[in-house]
Amino acid sequence: MSDRVRTTLGALELPNPVLTASGCGGTGRELAQFFDLSRLGAFVTTSVMAQARAGRPTPRVTETPSGLLTAMGLPGPGIETFLERDLPWLIEQDVRVIVSLAGNSVEEYGDLALRLRHVPGVAGIEVNVACPNVEDRGRMFARHPSAAAAVVRAVRAHARPGVPVLAKLAPDVTDIVTIALACVDAGADGLTLINTLEGMAIDPGTLRPGLTGVSGGLSGPAIRPVAVHCVYQVHAALPSTPIVGVGGVASGLDALEFILAGASAVAVGTALFHDPNAGPRVLRELEEALAARRIARLADAVGLAHKPAGYVPPQVRPQEPEKETL
Amino acid sequence: MSDTPVQTSATVLTVRQVQDYHAMTLVAPAVAERFRPGQFLALAIGGEHTSRLARRCFGVHEVKSDYGGTVEIVFADTEPGTAWLAGRRSRDQVDLLGPLGRPFRLPRDPVTCLLVGGGPGGAAVFALADTLLRRGCQIHFVLGGPHAKAVFGSRMAQRIGDSATVTTEDGSMGERGTVRDVLPRVLRETGADVVYGCGPTGLLRAVTQAAGEFGLPSQVSVEEFLQRTGACGTGVCMTCMLPVHGDDGVTRMVRACADGPVLRGDRVRWGDLGTIPFDALGAPRVLSVSEGGSQ
Repeated sequence: MSDRVRTTLGALELPNPVLTASGCGGTGRELAQFFDLSRLGAFVTTSVMAQARAGRPTPRVTETPSGLLTAMGLPGPGIETFLERDLPWLIEQDVRVIVSLAGNSVEEYGDLALRLRHVPGVAGIEVNVACPNVEDRGRMFARHPSAAAAVVRAVRAHARPGVPVLAKLAPDVTDIVTIALACVDAGADGLTLINTLEGMAIDPGTLRPGLTGVSGGLSGPAIRPVAVHCVYQVHAALPSTPIVGVGGVASGLDALEFILAGASAVAVGTALFHDPNAGPRVLRELEEALAARRIARLADAVGLAHKPAGYVPPQVRPQEPEKETL
Repeated sequence: MSDTPVQTSATVLTVRQVQDYHAMTLVAPAVAERFRPGQFLALAIGGEHTSRLARRCFGVHEVKSDYGGTVEIVFADTEPGTAWLAGRRSRDQVDLLGPLGRPFRLPRDPVTCLLVGGGPGGAAVFALADTLLRRGCQIHFVLGGPHAKAVFGSRMAQRIGDSATVTTEDGSMGERGTVRDVLPRVLRETGADVVYGCGPTGLLRAVTQAAGEFGLPSQVSVEEFLQRTGACGTGVCMTCMLPVHGDDGVTRMVRACADGPVLRGDRVRWGDLGTIPFDALGAPRVLSVSEGGSQ
């Protein structure tokens, strides 16, 4: 793998910028049937909670134009089983593991971070703040700067120093920049933008909501413009904060779009349901896209769309790629 | 031979109308050589730049080694995805993942098997029948559907089976009634040692119940449930969950795709499909606001 795509998320160095999105890569075993997980920049786990959760009844998913609407109810085995069964297996695969955490209270997030503190092999923590805050009438943490910041602060306080903490924010808020600022002030080392957008579909056959959960999270290429805009806005306000761009990344050019908007890495989510090989394919296509634009290093492309027109990033000399192939 | 599934761009050999259904033969040697009866395929639909992201899952009707290895699926045209598939022509390419899921467990000794199929799902019992016949098993079929054209493979069942019983709800073919009505009689007459089922969940429930009454093991493919609820076929999306109780008596929500599609009939909580039973592992303990939230 070339050094061209090397990237960093705070203190975390990644060989390439392609991650799996939380909740979309299963336990990792399912994707490992198709490709070697170590080819990923990092594997982001499904959100882990304190207790095992069965999630919602079926139907949990509805196909929408260029997207999926899902209401899973955060199913998972709970932290105990995750630490015993899933995490050791992932670490054995020689893949950097970013553990996504979810909780119903600030305390629960803090406890989960504490459980991970002495576990070797955790490369990073992603805080899924799109959870209902049981202590605050079930309002989502991600919707309020102070609630999101409280969660980040709790996780940062208990997580091992040096392990980056990323806050994953929801897009359907009045001003995502305010929430991003609050999270960074609270100690987030980076941001993951964005979580799913809330939506709903009604089945014309049954004349009832298509999902058991009535509303669900919209994902897939349908939300990419929203995600790119969020990344662009937040990068403009916080140019030195690393961002993982998520939302409808299905090709190398989609990934490049996020990088130009200001993301240092991208996570592939819904595309994994459609194409289990999407991770390595997006990376290959991204490498080709950078080469075709003669961009020397991925880092040079991060936030390039913010530069005035006419700005040219450091270029690879035209003859250089040919030398490499010899 | 390898156990791992493959992703391949398969070439369509033929698409034929068979009664109410479409039968599509795809050239996919790597899938054909790995396939074991009961496993399924997950097809991407709409081509490379599709706006439909969920894969469609289908059981395999037949695997052949001619033309370099082909697999055949049978499906009803019920929604835009299957309509797109039905519109494919020879030499078109379809992105295919397979073989996926757990296959039927096969008897070690030549025993008498009852194979029960319903609707297009019934197509998948023929791949199983091939294997069982090669092992010297006696095989009996029960096929059912609402009307004659909805019963798949009745003639083939008569040809290769030791017996074949067909039921239709309107009496247009075979006996009038449902599979449930004839199962006890057929089980008695054939002296079957094991029952296999593939089709709608109502039928699978009847198969399990009848087998249970005779003290027989039943293995059923929840392929139809998977078709309705699955989105990926590989186990990552967690959308095709159904309640199954394990050896320890604990009910868990398992994936129809990766933990199935073949399950022990007596382990599936048929009455609780589409719900999270209150005693399932991880079921919500109290009705509280904690049920909201994204993902």
